[in-house]
Amino acid sequence: MIRILKNLRAKDWGLVFIIILLVFAQVWLDLKMPEYVSEITKLVQTEGSKMSDIMSNGGMMLLCTFASLLGAVATGYSASLLSANLSMNIRSRLFNKVENLSMAEIKKFSTSSLITRTTNDITQIQMFAAMGFQMLIKAPLTAILAIMKITDKSWQWSALTGVCVVILLSVIAVLILIVLPRFKKVQKLTDKLNGVTRENLTGIRVIRAFNAESFQQEKFDNVNDELTGQQLFNQKTFAIMQPVMYLIMYGLSLGIYFIGANLIDGAVAAERMSLFGDMIVFSSYAMQIIGAFLMLALIFMILPRASVSANRINEVIYTENSIKNGKVKKGIDGEEGTVEFKDVFFRYPDGDEDLLRNINFKINKGETFAIVGSTGSGKSSVINLIPRLYDATGGEVLVDGVNVKEYDEEYLNSKIGFVTQKAILFNGTVNSNVSYGKSTNGKVTKEKVKEAIKVAQAKDFVEKMEKGYDGFIASSGTNISGGQKQRISIARAIARDPEIFVFDDSFSALDYKTDSLLRKELKKYTKNATTIIVAQRIGTIMHADKIMVLDEGKIVGLGTHKELLKSCEVYKQIALSQLSKEELENE
Amino acid sequence: MNKEENRHEPPKHRGPMAVGEKAKDFRKSIIRLFKELGSFKVIILVAIILSIFSSVLSIYAPNKLADLADEISFGIFNKMNMDAVTSIVIFLSVLYILSALSNYIQALCMATVSNKFARNLRNSISVKINKLPLKFFDKKRTGDTLSRVTNDVDTIAQSMNQSLSSLVSNVVVLIGSLIMMIITNVVLAGTAVLASMFGFIGMAFILKISQKHFKARQVELGKLNSHIEESYSGLNVVKLYNGKKESIEEFEKLNKKVKEANFKSQFLSGIMMPLMNFIGNFGYVAVCIVGALLAIDGKISLGVIVAFLTYVRLFTTPLSQIAQSFTMLQSCAAASERVFEFLDETEMNDEKEFTKKLDKDKVVGNIEFDKVEFTYDGNDKPTIKNFSAVAKKGEKVAIVGPTGAGKTTMVNLLMKFYDINKGSIKIDGEDISELTRENIHDLFTMVLQDTWLFEGTIKENIIYNQKNVTDKDVVDVCKRIGLDYFIRTLPNGYDSELSDSDTLSIGQKQLLTIARAMLSKTPFLILDEATSNVDTRTEELVQKAMDKLSKDKTSFIIAHRLSTIKNADLILVMKDGNIIEQGNHKELMKKNGFYSELYNSQFEL
Repeated sequence: MIRILKNLRAKDWGLVFIIILLVFAQVWLDLKMPEYVSEITKLVQTEGSKMSDIMSNGGMMLLCTFASLLGAVATGYSASLLSANLSMNIRSRLFNKVENLSMAEIKKFSTSSLITRTTNDITQIQMFAAMGFQMLIKAPLTAILAIMKITDKSWQWSALTGVCVVILLSVIAVLILIVLPRFKKVQKLTDKLNGVTRENLTGIRVIRAFNAESFQQEKFDNVNDELTGQQLFNQKTFAIMQPVMYLIMYGLSLGIYFIGANLIDGAVAAERMSLFGDMIVFSSYAMQIIGAFLMLALIFMILPRASVSANRINEVIYTENSIKNGKVKKGIDGEEGTVEFKDVFFRYPDGDEDLLRNINFKINKGETFAIVGSTGSGKSSVINLIPRLYDATGGEVLVDGVNVKEYDEEYLNSKIGFVTQKAILFNGTVNSNVSYGKSTNGKVTKEKVKEAIKVAQAKDFVEKMEKGYDGFIASSGTNISGGQKQRISIARAIARDPEIFVFDDSFSALDYKTDSLLRKELKKYTKNATTIIVAQRIGTIMHADKIMVLDEGKIVGLGTHKELLKSCEVYKQIALSQLSKEELENE
Repeated sequence: MNKEENRHEPPKHRGPMAVGEKAKDFRKSIIRLFKELGSFKVIILVAIILSIFSSVLSIYAPNKLADLADEISFGIFNKMNMDAVTSIVIFLSVLYILSALSNYIQALCMATVSNKFARNLRNSISVKINKLPLKFFDKKRTGDTLSRVTNDVDTIAQSMNQSLSSLVSNVVVLIGSLIMMIITNVVLAGTAVLASMFGFIGMAFILKISQKHFKARQVELGKLNSHIEESYSGLNVVKLYNGKKESIEEFEKLNKKVKEANFKSQFLSGIMMPLMNFIGNFGYVAVCIVGALLAIDGKISLGVIVAFLTYVRLFTTPLSQIAQSFTMLQSCAAASERVFEFLDETEMNDEKEFTKKLDKDKVVGNIEFDKVEFTYDGNDKPTIKNFSAVAKKGEKVAIVGPTGAGKTTMVNLLMKFYDINKGSIKIDGEDISELTRENIHDLFTMVLQDTWLFEGTIKENIIYNQKNVTDKDVVDVCKRIGLDYFIRTLPNGYDSELSDSDTLSIGQKQLLTIARAMLSKTPFLILDEATSNVDTRTEELVQKAMDKLSKDKTSFIIAHRLSTIKNADLILVMKDGNIIEQGNHKELMKKNGFYSELYNSQFEL
């Protein structure tokens, strides 16, 4: 929690100082008030008091309360500014950090967790900063100043106030001990309820097809009942809080009056008047003290939540990035467009087995290189190493003859047009999606977008969209079909004119015809580009210059379609599972 | 939609500070809510009576406290009447305890009612989901329905719990303290009310502005959060396309706006409390001064001032709370409007009167489509038109065609997920429009491209709602499709929990759903792109196992990958909702038509 405060800038620390001063003034003014009240009551009580005295005291009191209001407004202003600044700074720092994390770290945290950390957790911190911070200063200040004011009064009153504070704190402590762990449980149950409902909605066809409606309903009922029970218990337990507070507050003032009556009764006549004034003053200070402790207790109730959030945020901010950026901004002459793997090994940071072993190959400029293999054979891992989504754990990956680890990240990326397996689109237009980011030649132009869309076989449907190239694309492209999404994401790669194309099973949602047309057009459009294709379909890869067959992370075949059919058993099996013998031989 | 995609919806920020949206028709939804409360109304009535009782006591108490102060001040110059003091103290103690007690019981009542009511509402929504036609879910996003089950119901429960009784007791306190003030002293009462009025006008003004800023904050935060979500889920592309700068710039822009909105709304709402305090103090001072004037003139006693000081506080606090309760009620109305809107959606027609039933074990397995026509709601062109085909017992029927041809729609019609507009579909000569959906679903096994697994163990996922399945059956099926080895390598084997972790690849998930389907013994089988992410060698294994299992089954297969369907008995080639060619692979290749063109394109560069 304290580490999070490091995100305050010098200007913000100035605000902190101002807030402390303002709160101090406010508390001092607030505590001044009862003195005037007692003065006024005394004046009223005494026969023959002058009206002007009452008026001046009342005026002072009014002045105090108005000054206190101004102080509070100023404090509110500074505190809101501070909390808004703090959350903005932390959010910005976190976002920048996440955008620079490598995929290995992203995987460790999981994307959805990073999203919650950047949204919900920061909101938590902000709420705490807005309310808790002020209280954190105000509560102890009030308590200390109020106690100082009443220590010279009769001890009986102080003792009573002390007892009340102790009772109040113990009730709150017990409640927190009982309820707090259950709050976490409620959160878990809510997540579970959400999970079951989500399940119901996403699996609605399966559920209906299996006539499993009542099965799901039963699951839902269980969670629902458990959640209701838990929540009911919490709320019932907490319901005791308000009456107890009420009793303590009123009981205390009643007690002070009762003690006061006794004290006055036992005092000599001369002291009686001042005792009465003390009594009135004391009862209002006692309230202030109780209020201060109540505030403190409240802070301790919201503090744990904020501090959990703070820890979750710090965890990300202080994560060491495993991928370090290089400086090289030029490849070796004569090696443009080549990709080479030299005895590459790879395993995930937390994995205990190598996913790739002894990978060796070289792709020359302008070649089409295909990678096949069954699920889990390491195809995606190979291509992920090229733009450094992950770093090889052994050996070297060279692009344009230079180890990718030496490159400046942006420079390396501008060489590569990488199309992911799952098409990723952003909220915006066709245009903004295709021209996304920065290419070697700067921002992608509108003409370039049109060309790319045409090559990617997306022209027909894009031009049919309501606004054509300015047609709306929803977040993650939910408003267009899977095949259309893939084509737009392919167009995005084409529009950048990269030296090297990488397609990670990016044609799977296209029918054969579109698939082959697209590849044909692409070849025409980018004669000199090197192309790396990962695919399941033999048809997609059989014309490649070189095909690499992977099995359990090792190369089991490297050659052309014809060579591999003869020499590689795994490749033959894959081919035969899709095409008949005759068809293969015909080719 | 698949699970992964739905996992990160923008988190809703409806903290206690948030200003609720307004309901379209406040009155109507509150009345509806009241009706839905049913027998809970009795408990609510008890709670309301208790809270009135408790409020009346707390209004009455200051009066008694004034007597106490009078007694004591009388004792300053005379002999203190300790008996009188003690009896007032005892009386007040009893009063406070009674008031606290009824307040407590009232809170218990409301907690019970609001939670149980919330449970019932959630339950109704869940039941409702099963009664709605699929076309409803085509239009509504999962997140939308989800937020009704959790956020909206929570809002209703919370506002019921917090605002209803507080509204009642605050109104009682407000009116009560006003009456008491007037009874005690008209001049002082006038002073107090007048003094408070100034403050309230200011407060109402601030409230109005701050509402606007709170709304702005919600909007800006929503925008920022979607940007964060999008950037994180697409981080691969952001990095690879050097879009980091672009993304961060956009972020900073939105972040700044959120900061502004945060600051303004926070500041304005932060002013409320001190302002309330000021109003209280202002009234206090006014009463003090006027009271002192009156007291010096001997018109009132000191006790009256003491009592009045409490009344002033009693009078000023409820107003802000009433305002708060109203905002809460407003969001409650908006939330219940959404919940009831969902509960009132048109359900699928009731099929209780259907008497025809096909027995799963006696079905022969013939299906006939006759000039089927179907249009999705909101479309003007039919997705399926004039579709006629016959599938005979034990046949393997494949449907191929470009995306958007209507392949999946055909399957949905067969499963009676949607009702056809024209023509008929007959199973063993019985029109499906005369059979219950439950009966039809009982006859089919279906595997979809979007794998659906739920949180539970692997075994539970495979068995899913099927009776008489032994562990051995499960293992057998998994062995047949080559999944057994992988499952055994998991830490807990078949009892491994499937949570949102990424332990399974899409292909493995597909295999699990295939295993699930293979266990169910039905006369018909539908595979809709069921193996699209499984590599072709494994797919072959699965197919062999499937073929063995579905020897007598009539099966329908949809696949992009033509190798998947090459050996089908009948291939229906669809384009634009029509069958344009049909026959087996050989026949279709000979025809040299659309199919052969599609097939041959895989050999082209």
